[in-house]
Amino acid sequence: MKRHTWLLVFLLGINLLSGQDCSQILSGRVIDFHDGVPLEGATITFDNRTIMTDNKGSYSIDGLCRISYAFTISHKDCNSQVVTLDLAKISSKDFYLEHHLNELEEVNVNESKTKTSSSQEETIDKNIIERYSNASLGDALKEITGVSSLNTGSTIVKPIIQGLNGSRVLIMNNGVRMQDMEWGDEHAPNVDINVANNITVVKGASALKYGGDAIGGVIIMESNKAPAKDTLFGKTVLSGGTNGRGGSLTSKLTKAYESGMFLKVQGTLKRFGDVEAPDYVLSNTAIFEKGFSASFGVNKFTHGWDVFYSFYANELGVLASSHIGNVDRLIASINSGEPDIIRDFTYDIENPKQEVTHHLGKIKYFKRFEQLGKWTTQYDFQLNNRLEFDIRRTEERNKIPSIDLELTTHSITSDFEFDSSEKYKFTAGALFRYQENFANPLTGVRRLIPDYKKYDAGAFLTVAYDLKEDLIVDAGIRYDFNQIDAQKFYLISRWEERNYDQDFSDIVIDRNVAGSQFLTNPVFDYHNVSGTAGIQYIFNDDYEFRFNYALSQRAPNPSELFSDGLHHSAARIELGDLRIDQETSHKISLSLKDSHEKWGWEVAPYANFIQDYILLEPVGTELTIRGAFPVWQYRQTNVRLLGVDARAYANWHTNWITDHKFSLVKGQETDDKQALINMPAPNFNNKITFTKTEWYDFTASLESQYHFRQNEFPPNITVFSPDSGQDVLLEINTPPSAYHLLNFNTGMKFKMGDKSSLNLGFTINNLANTTYRNYLNRQRYYADDLGRNFLLRISINY
Amino acid sequence: MNLSKFLTVFFAAALILTSCSSDDDAPPPVTPEEVVTTMVVTLTDGTDTVTLRFFDEDGADGPTEPTGTVSGALKASTTYTGSISILNETEDPAENVNEEIQEEADDHQFFYIPTNLGVSTTYTDKESDYENANGVQFTSENPVGLTFTMTTTADTGDGMLRFVLRHEPNKDAAGVSGGDITNAGGDPDIDWTFNVSVE
Repeated sequence: MKRHTWLLVFLLGINLLSGQDCSQILSGRVIDFHDGVPLEGATITFDNRTIMTDNKGSYSIDGLCRISYAFTISHKDCNSQVVTLDLAKISSKDFYLEHHLNELEEVNVNESKTKTSSSQEETIDKNIIERYSNASLGDALKEITGVSSLNTGSTIVKPIIQGLNGSRVLIMNNGVRMQDMEWGDEHAPNVDINVANNITVVKGASALKYGGDAIGGVIIMESNKAPAKDTLFGKTVLSGGTNGRGGSLTSKLTKAYESGMFLKVQGTLKRFGDVEAPDYVLSNTAIFEKGFSASFGVNKFTHGWDVFYSFYANELGVLASSHIGNVDRLIASINSGEPDIIRDFTYDIENPKQEVTHHLGKIKYFKRFEQLGKWTTQYDFQLNNRLEFDIRRTEERNKIPSIDLELTTHSITSDFEFDSSEKYKFTAGALFRYQENFANPLTGVRRLIPDYKKYDAGAFLTVAYDLKEDLIVDAGIRYDFNQIDAQKFYLISRWEERNYDQDFSDIVIDRNVAGSQFLTNPVFDYHNVSGTAGIQYIFNDDYEFRFNYALSQRAPNPSELFSDGLHHSAARIELGDLRIDQETSHKISLSLKDSHEKWGWEVAPYANFIQDYILLEPVGTELTIRGAFPVWQYRQTNVRLLGVDARAYANWHTNWITDHKFSLVKGQETDDKQALINMPAPNFNNKITFTKTEWYDFTASLESQYHFRQNEFPPNITVFSPDSGQDVLLEINTPPSAYHLLNFNTGMKFKMGDKSSLNLGFTINNLANTTYRNYLNRQRYYADDLGRNFLLRISINY
Repeated sequence: MNLSKFLTVFFAAALILTSCSSDDDAPPPVTPEEVVTTMVVTLTDGTDTVTLRFFDEDGADGPTEPTGTVSGALKASTTYTGSISILNETEDPAENVNEEIQEEADDHQFFYIPTNLGVSTTYTDKESDYENANGVQFTSENPVGLTFTMTTTADTGDGMLRFVLRHEPNKDAAGVSGGDITNAGGDPDIDWTFNVSVE
């Protein structure tokens, strides 16, 4: 600005000296760069004069000399612009102002725009994320109605959205689709929850922009945008818990400049020892997790770019007593009701354990075209390495991982958002992805997942149309091509047992591999079409109705196709099938919401019909020298999932609020009405919160979680038990009893100077120290779930 | 960064991407290291030998059902000297798994469990009979069970004889060093039952 003032003085000086003709006129309009809308009430200032635009955005300035002027153009909510014009050369000029400043600012989470107009979705904000800063993504997402989790202990938490998990749930981490071997039940998402500032769950496949195969849904983790002003701010959260005797420290710092440049860094360290059930230590359940991310770039209105990198590493123990030798040990565990290995508390992590590292790098560029829209292009790279260590026959071998997989992914995405119209918004985009899996042969264990190359290409088009002020229609279509090209070894005996010699003899490329094996080269192509259509209708001012239909197709993952053999860490033989084809889902969801200041409610029923649904289930046992092992096999069948998510709140009094949530899902096979495995049991949450702003924003809440027993489950299997010398019923599917948990949470906020604040939080989970087992915890056969946990949290915003 | 710079980086990345995908070499096969195809229990009274043989040609990963064969009946009221040999015959020459057990003798123990069979067993080896991987002799005296004696009673008839090898058992727990599996814990490396008769 200062420079321009001097320029102005200089120019005025010329004006006085030359004494030219001063009857020039400059006219034109001030227009919103973004959508071409004329801006009324914009001001144009020069010398000491101020001219304002009329309701058509037009202006006219007379009495100008034939010289250069510096005009300052301003409008509320816009950044002012200084433009120097030579009146000797022009007489008309349209000025473009950036009217969408809020897009550059930190988005207020409570008002954040939804990802889709018509499907069910819910967002958790930074306050909830902060409360879970020492836990995992899957734990935090359970705050959302209809989201549960498939656990392996307390540290491996896979989100389940309306009954579906794994490859049916996409996780978007800062705009990048996570490629972290989500196919395994004991593979948790490799993300640090503290990277995110808000997390949105879209319950279904209607967010087509992110992928067409999200039969379960999409989890979108976003960090906040850096504001376009000179500022430096940050946040540090320190938290500790008694159960596991550990804690976490996470910190983030943002430096931003008015020019739009920004720099962000974030890091997390988390360490817990063995966690405890009410009556005993859950031995070998410690975790050590590290996360780091950094980004920098320029975020201007017209264009911007950024570079993002994140690193995530964890080392976690798997419950010692869950390493069962054979089916008799499993029977003994189920019958005894107590883990057979209980050691003293320790931070040490022994086999069985997992060590996972995930690198993610991204470079993104966007450019806005006036009166057209925004073009975004991104390249991202991911490297995921998973090591699983088992208890092997000798100490020396324990040091060598039994599973050593390295998954490398490159993706290029590009999309154009046509958002200049008030009425409608189009988005079109394309994706190219290349992925390579390398299974290290030095493990000395046959590869559970083979070496493969995978090529994906996709394109989509979505539209949202504001039919009327209170009625939005959205629709979209997407096509994805997947090709998987694997190099897989099969034991000849397995190849024949599966009857592959009849259907797949042409893919055998080497019949003379050492160890009675075939080398095969399966190459499978999949064409997936997905689509969505829905409406959002607001009526009687406060009712919001949403209806959505989504068609979605998912190609089988490598585990579903190629698994074969003894999965030591799960103590089961897992068998995939080369014949498995893609699954197709038709999902209809509705939601009706009524919100008032004093009370509100939402009911959201859904029906999901999935053809050729791929499931993994116990089918029997195979005998080995180590005894009998349960065989789990993938199978395809037609299923339907019917469910409802409901919530309500009421402000009873100035200080008292209650929240109520209920979710239910019923899954069964359409043909024989058999219940589906691993469906979440219904649960009912009620919370009462006391808030008193005058007491340093004091809040205290008591939450009651009632988890019903899952009464619908597939039949158990009968196995031969060498111990008892006869066939016995293996209660591998029987769910545990219902249980009730109480949680207490309280917090206060203290101002420290103008900008800083200190938050104190205290939480007690499982207040009554209830002993329980969760149907969706794969370790329910061996041990009780977590006992009481006191958590203290200190967070400083600066 | 302007558009042209961005595109330069973008295409450079794309080039790296495509250049990664040019190798089509077959991956090396994995030779599984912990396969047990064969367990042979040899029982001899000095004149006659009875052999109990477990065989699983494709190991634990393969679908082929393992088989157990017994060369003949045991004689009543006889003391047999027993020894166990464990092999991986998917390798050539066959891998002798006994060596591995001997090298970690302190972490392994066999148990012999009869059902409806009048036999009793006694360990004849101990950890100090073996050397660890560095060639250092164990000093502890707990049993391992690669060798044993088996004595049949006067009772005859058909029954079962189960051989269990536990990895990392609690050898100090009550009864374990005497051959009682009840408190042993640990993981089964071997758990196989033969149909045996005493005549």
